[in-house]
Amino acid sequence: MSKIHVTTTINGDPTEYLCEAEDTLLDVLRDRLGMTGSKEGCGTGDCGACSITVDGRLVCACLMLGAEAEGREIGTIEGMAKGDTLHPLQQKFIEHAALQCGICTPGILVAAKSLLERNPDPTEEEARYWLAGNLCRCTGYDKIIRAVLDAAQDMREAS
Amino acid sequence: MALDSKSDGEKLNFKVIGTRPLRPDGIDKVTGRARFGADMSAPGMLVGLVLRSPHAHARIKSIDTSAAEALTGVHAVVTRADFGAVENEATADVLDNCMAGDKALYDGHAVAAVAATSGKIAKQALKLIEIDYEPLPHVTDVDAAMQPDAPSLHDGRANETVPEGMSPNVMARHEFGHGDIEAGLAQADRVLERTYRTEATHQGYIEPHACLASMGPDGQADLWCCTQGHYMVRNTCAEILGIEQGQLRVTASEIGGGFGGKTTVFLEPVALKLAQKSGRPVKMVMSRAEVLRATGPTASSSIDVRIGMTKDGRITAGFAELRYQGGAYPGSPVDMGSMSAFAPYDLENVKTVGWDVVTNRPKQAAYRAPGAPMAAFAVESAIDELAKGFGLDPLEVRLKNAAREGTRASYGPTYPAIGLEATLRKAKDHPHWSAPLGPNQGRGVACGFWFNFGGDTCVSLNITPDGTVTLSEGNPDIGGSRASMSMMAAEELGIPYDKVRTVIADTGSLGQNEVTDGSRVTFAVGLATIEAARAAKREMCKRAAMVWGIDEEAVVWEDGAAKPAGPNAGDHEPMSLAEIAAIASNTGGPIAGHFEVNAEGAGVSFATHMVDTEVDPDTGAVKILRYTVFQDAGKAVHPSYVEGQFQGGAVQGIGWALNEEYIYGEDGILQNPGFLDYRIPVASDLPMIDTVILEIPNPGHPYGVRGVGETSIVPPLAAVANAVSEAAGVRMTALPMSPPRVLAAIQSENG
Amino acid sequence: MQYLSPNTVEDAVQLLASRTGECRVLAGGTDLLVRLRSGMTEPDSVLDIKRIDELRRITREDGGWRIGAAVPGAEMSENADLVSDWPGVVEAVGLIGSTQIQGRATMAGNLCNASPAADSVPALVAADAVARVAGPDGVRDVAVFDVPDGPGKTSLGRDEFITSIFLPARPARSGDAYLRFIPRTEMDIAVVGCAVSLTLDAAGTCTAARVALGAVGPKVIAVKEAADILTGSIIDAATLDRVAQACSAAANPIDDKRGTADYRKHVAGVLARRATAIAKTRAGGAA
Repeated sequence: MSKIHVTTTINGDPTEYLCEAEDTLLDVLRDRLGMTGSKEGCGTGDCGACSITVDGRLVCACLMLGAEAEGREIGTIEGMAKGDTLHPLQQKFIEHAALQCGICTPGILVAAKSLLERNPDPTEEEARYWLAGNLCRCTGYDKIIRAVLDAAQDMREAS
Repeated sequence: MALDSKSDGEKLNFKVIGTRPLRPDGIDKVTGRARFGADMSAPGMLVGLVLRSPHAHARIKSIDTSAAEALTGVHAVVTRADFGAVENEATADVLDNCMAGDKALYDGHAVAAVAATSGKIAKQALKLIEIDYEPLPHVTDVDAAMQPDAPSLHDGRANETVPEGMSPNVMARHEFGHGDIEAGLAQADRVLERTYRTEATHQGYIEPHACLASMGPDGQADLWCCTQGHYMVRNTCAEILGIEQGQLRVTASEIGGGFGGKTTVFLEPVALKLAQKSGRPVKMVMSRAEVLRATGPTASSSIDVRIGMTKDGRITAGFAELRYQGGAYPGSPVDMGSMSAFAPYDLENVKTVGWDVVTNRPKQAAYRAPGAPMAAFAVESAIDELAKGFGLDPLEVRLKNAAREGTRASYGPTYPAIGLEATLRKAKDHPHWSAPLGPNQGRGVACGFWFNFGGDTCVSLNITPDGTVTLSEGNPDIGGSRASMSMMAAEELGIPYDKVRTVIADTGSLGQNEVTDGSRVTFAVGLATIEAARAAKREMCKRAAMVWGIDEEAVVWEDGAAKPAGPNAGDHEPMSLAEIAAIASNTGGPIAGHFEVNAEGAGVSFATHMVDTEVDPDTGAVKILRYTVFQDAGKAVHPSYVEGQFQGGAVQGIGWALNEEYIYGEDGILQNPGFLDYRIPVASDLPMIDTVILEIPNPGHPYGVRGVGETSIVPPLAAVANAVSEAAGVRMTALPMSPPRVLAAIQSENG
Repeated sequence: MQYLSPNTVEDAVQLLASRTGECRVLAGGTDLLVRLRSGMTEPDSVLDIKRIDELRRITREDGGWRIGAAVPGAEMSENADLVSDWPGVVEAVGLIGSTQIQGRATMAGNLCNASPAADSVPALVAADAVARVAGPDGVRDVAVFDVPDGPGKTSLGRDEFITSIFLPARPARSGDAYLRFIPRTEMDIAVVGCAVSLTLDAAGTCTAARVALGAVGPKVIAVKEAADILTGSIIDAATLDRVAQACSAAANPIDDKRGTADYRKHVAGVLARRATAIAKTRAGGAA
């Protein structure tokens, strides 16, 4: 069967790939493009480890076909730091010890960035509900929420 | 040389220990660069997939793989027939769990595997494998499995401790304790008898099992996998495949959570066999459904408790009979449950009896303090009910009976300095204990104990020519251990933290290392790191002595430098680590320290948890309002990661208490193999988890460190149950306390 | 499998009509991709409707709202005027899955997936919403209540698909609400769902009401008895008790891994009472 040719933009870089109709965007990112920062924890949209943005909207890469990315703007964890400068959320996650094993971290960072773009001053409850689709089994979420709220404050003060 | 003594943690003036530096692997993990199990690929790699039993229990009459083998793109098909016999009984069970033999013993049991050029072809190939099953009667409940006429999984495997006439599913009996239970109960003002039940829960790590194997015709093999112990993987795979351990090099990937569930193998021997047969590298990654159906949940339990108490709160006797099913093979953690049940208390009369039972469920794997949380749920619930029945303060009752230094533990040994009492006193003084509660709210407390462990450990610390330090250790970094090892090395060497880089070495680079289990890493690998640093210091002192032309014994190591000391040492400028490193080549060659040990003296650990809950009396829904953990860490090396262990354990316990459970249908099929209906806590379910770190130094570690990872999951089941029972006005004795169960209890209490 | 992505409704209808084999319509994909992944469905083609511009719009129509079939939940929640008119419907859609799911999942997809526990469906039934269906014979409008036929089944023809859902104009002093019960605070499938939509007169008497239950039968249940109790009442405590009883009685649930039948019947009443109170407040009634 012939593959589908897709032209898209990933983290600002024009990207072309061939994929099968069944391939999820997560399959494409990880297996065809070698971008393994997005993780597959469930494949059913229940864990959020594959969180990415599509045209600025937070989605699970496992719940989208690779073919659907044609002409879209994709954002992944690999595009979060600018050169050697970490995003404030990335820096705060390290400072707050908001990761233990680190498998959920890329998805949570992408989701948290999306939150702060829409709501620069979230309450603890708003942050918890926004991130409810990102499972973390190590931390109990305490330090994650603290890191997000702290990063939000820093970003507000910097802007 | 003379080393300053660092045997008493309290007297130490630490410079690095107790600070909160950034973890060295942090940037890799926040940028997506860190490589986990499924993130590796190899040229020419095939995709391996497993075919799993759709039956809870079935005889495998025949397997026909010919159509799958004939499919274009398929390069190998493996069944049990491809594996030889394994002598060691425990390893034979591991093999049987990785690939079923004569019988499929549970829903999801692996029965065949394929390797193909794509996942799509591998999936097609699985459909072409024809298996003739003869379904057999099954049993998944522990009490049902103990009935004499229950369907039998294995005949004749019960060990000598099991009395005649019991169900063939009873594999072993354990007994611990001392004193006279009946005499003790006779002294009580009240004897409480209750039965408690807990459901099986899964470790729930977010990273599914994954590996990448290659194996040549000469028997040399390489394996990349996510595991809590790559040395264990090497040894187990070598034994299963009949190859020499030295021929198999295992490299641990970053690990996306384990909690005990990655202390054994599932895919690895199969991937190696597929790689061997195909002559190509083979990558295998489990789906979430496979993880839940076929990898280690913990045991479910059914526990009878009898406790006698005087009206002033003294426990006169404690008895528990514990029944744990550990899935399809012997080895449930009922032994550890039986040992830990009454471990927090100083009791004259105490006895526990444990029964290890097999059922048609996946083989249980260790889960954070394996066996202890269920036992603590039973005992701590009963003590709470007795205390409240007498109108006593549940913390006071626990203090009154608390084990202390010199207490003879219920499982045998006499305790050295321990921290239980300190956690209880801290809890009693905490503002949380006296905060007001609203309607439909309740507060619960419970204590927990864990043994902690040391084990085989081997580290190597190398001084580079520019004076930085690389530390090689053999335990995957599951939650910040690179940071704590670097901190201990830096502390000991007297150099800045960021001058030490810790790497996780592959199995070809170090001697045997026990898996990351038993909360052992910060203790045992830390101890070995400190000793390795001391060996390197001795060598550096020797080099300085050589340069100065003085006796080795006249050189001391202080503040990261060799210094002359003593009356005859002479006047020499201190030589820093970097200065000694720079001339190492001219003073005898490279400088390194190493240490190998089977570490003992891990030091038991205790915690007290306090939780407030609110129950919706109309729906039975439970909300966690406030949570505080009080735990003894011995010495907190990196307090942030100690807090993280406390918080993570507490939340896993909350999940176990409220909504997590393995649900089997009448057909023995798992009903909820996904994160949708296997309900681990989400961020919006929880408040902040407050922590109080106590530091009662462990005499078995140079800095006083105790393991902290596991104890934190022991108290929450009971603490939450005690809080919910108070809020709901009815005693909850079965987990999970899901809304339908809580509502049913409220309704039956209200008639 | 083939991936099809037409740009017009006409092309989509033509593609659907001309396909041999099974073709699944792909809107948000949050249910379909899970089925594809697990092998529960193995269609010969999927037809992505997100490239059809008119299906991506939220538009005002006859005082009501037309929601395109490819509009994700997040866009509905971000439309303040829509939220103001139909807070219960938007809340119901907003409860489907996580933030990530909201970025993709559509109301039409939720309806066509035909799960008895679909969150948006009771709210749409209470709202008396109408689905517009395109097929080889043109478009037809069908009450949302008539779309699901049972678990996983709809009344749509194999070459038909929903292009939009219409929410009617709101009379003054109207309010709606949807509540569901789940064991956690997020990420679960509804154990019970209950939607109420009502209108009050100036004196606070209920002049019209619709009540619907989810997850307590093979498909959404419209509880006429509860609506009748509400209509003409001033919705006092006694009324709420009767509404709760009517909903518990109307519920026809099963025992499963998410809850027992008894539990669901009881909670249907609890939610009905609470949702009615919220809808009343939203309609301007005294609390």
